[in-house]
Amino acid sequence: MLKLQGIAVSPGVTIGEALVLDAEGFRIPRRFVERSAVDTELARLAHAVAETAREMVHNRDRINAELGEQYAAIFDAHLAMLHDPRLQQELTAAVRDRNWWPEYAVSRTLRRYAKVFQSLGNHISQRAHDIYDIEKSLLRNLLGQRRETLAAISQPVVVLAHNLTPSETANLDRRFVKGFATELGGPGSHTAIVAEGLEIPAVVGIGPFLADVSGGEPVILDGNEGLVILQPDEETIAQYRLEEEVARSVAVRLGRLRDLPAETTDGVRIEIMGNIEFPSEVEQCIDRGCDGIGLYRTEFLYLTSKREPTEEDHYAAYSEVVQAMGDKPVVIRTLDLGADKMLTEKTPEEERNPCLGLRSIRLSLRQLPMFRTQLRAILRASALGDVRVMFPLVSTIVELRQARMVLADVMEDLTEHGIAFNRKMPVGMMVETPAAALMLDAFIKEVDFVSVGTNDLIQYTLAVDRGNKEVADLYNACDPAVLRLLRRSLDVAAEAGVPANVCGQMSGSVMYTQLLLGMGLRQLSVPASAIPEIKQACRSVSVADCRLIAEKASTMDGAREVKAYLRDQVRRLLAETVA
Amino acid sequence: MGWCPEMAADSRESPIHAGAAAPHGETVSRAVVVANSQGLHARPADMLAREARRWQSRIELVADSQRVDGKSILAVLTLAAEAGTRLVVEATGPDAREALEAIGSLFDRNFNEPAGSQTT
Repeated sequence: MLKLQGIAVSPGVTIGEALVLDAEGFRIPRRFVERSAVDTELARLAHAVAETAREMVHNRDRINAELGEQYAAIFDAHLAMLHDPRLQQELTAAVRDRNWWPEYAVSRTLRRYAKVFQSLGNHISQRAHDIYDIEKSLLRNLLGQRRETLAAISQPVVVLAHNLTPSETANLDRRFVKGFATELGGPGSHTAIVAEGLEIPAVVGIGPFLADVSGGEPVILDGNEGLVILQPDEETIAQYRLEEEVARSVAVRLGRLRDLPAETTDGVRIEIMGNIEFPSEVEQCIDRGCDGIGLYRTEFLYLTSKREPTEEDHYAAYSEVVQAMGDKPVVIRTLDLGADKMLTEKTPEEERNPCLGLRSIRLSLRQLPMFRTQLRAILRASALGDVRVMFPLVSTIVELRQARMVLADVMEDLTEHGIAFNRKMPVGMMVETPAAALMLDAFIKEVDFVSVGTNDLIQYTLAVDRGNKEVADLYNACDPAVLRLLRRSLDVAAEAGVPANVCGQMSGSVMYTQLLLGMGLRQLSVPASAIPEIKQACRSVSVADCRLIAEKASTMDGAREVKAYLRDQVRRLLAETVA
Repeated sequence: MGWCPEMAADSRESPIHAGAAAPHGETVSRAVVVANSQGLHARPADMLAREARRWQSRIELVADSQRVDGKSILAVLTLAAEAGTRLVVEATGPDAREALEAIGSLFDRNFNEPAGSQTT
């Protein structure tokens, strides 16, 4: 048994079969062939080698005819490597003597060569690409239609990966992926947010561990403690099965809160809104009794498809959400992505610092046709219910005004074409840069609502890349600098009589509920999974007590002190609730 | 006998690492220099391995601490021998002398490529 500690980013516990994706992509699981089937499997391997060779000859001849001999030479090199007697001997021995599945023998043997070439450093390291090419062709010929990819998972698995991009995470088949763990990543990364949205346990930032695990082995994923347990023993498995059971019964108990309002013990009504990324999550929010959708992230329209989403793609998604919510508010946030993350965008130059680069509202204002398409769809959806639009990462008043101008322009266009929309659709902005928080008294006159995105606010205030595990420990919601900007934002909004909301991960954790209510917040936007717990917390506290807690926290100088204090307060709260 | 350090470390993985047992016969060797400008890249490595496979003898290339099977293009490539690298070609078997001469002449002819810029 091997216990690995990572960073817990999405709660829950699961036990399942491992599916391993390493830095180069899908890793073929270690499987064995029956001794009696060795000859058949060797024949299959020989057939795949012959097929691959035939393809290489074909490619060589085609390229030779089209581009000339010097370009075709690469295929001669591939052929020579494929037919290398030592390689062939090794592959055969792996199947005959070790009874490896041919797919596994190919993958393992060729990747070993690739790794050696990669380590050589000079121009020979380029040969590693050739080896991967040969591996791919051989596997394609071996697996045929059974090609195993992340998109084609057909049984429950726990995904173990070097790293998952947001689009890979968004494309995970929720029916089969029971949880995932990655070597890279930190709390608050997009991947973590998606995991939370999918309501599957996830652990990130574990560090190198994939070498210790093979596909198909049982693994335990503990998203509460941030643990991954490889080769678990019987006792541990039994213990986790019990935990899974308990979690289910707690969920049932919290489910009873559904129809009760989030009202504090001194009678202040708090609104609890849901954060969603996929229309299908609306149901989970309604089931848990939310007061609306406080943050509808639209990035996933752009991430799950290779082409840019059309107006109809947008409209179909938005109208599904709006109609499901009836007359409750739905805040749709416009694209909040860097050009680096988009499948459809070609970044003109590599950005050295994408977090500080062309992203979110900046990208939208640069790509006007794309922005207008999204705004048209949002406006059309506004005819169906209480839709509100929100702009992300606004850092200057000029951006806000430009965005509003584009919106007005699109409205005019719709009017001309006689298309229905809500002319009074509320317009809001995210407060997620120190600039926006500091200048909020100016912004506030030109918006109908604001929402503080704590994830980015923390990252930009503390200058910490939340995806970088080397500095992830500096990323701390309790940092006094963050709390000051947050408090200031809420104060400015309250003074102007403009509704304010907090929609980062901070609002979804009971640790911060008292602090936030004490700072004057009356609306929280949280992941569906957190709604019952946050509602329970709101129902157990008084605003008067919360004010004292916020006051006390604001006198502290260090994040650690604040965190210890808040943790204490939560413990007391929980103790009282249970009593 | 590991034919390159990384592979040797991985020897649990695959039983086939040592070159084939040497056929009976004498061992002869010769020092050569990689003189073509691009070093022992894919094309010359392929030429070398093909030539080596024409002979019964075991052919090995030795560079510093590394000893590789001369009949395998993949093994030869792991030498990452750039222009100017000094190697020893070693042949063991009944046709060792002829094999060594044939392979040595590939080096002498720079594998039919332009010579590198190193001074000799």
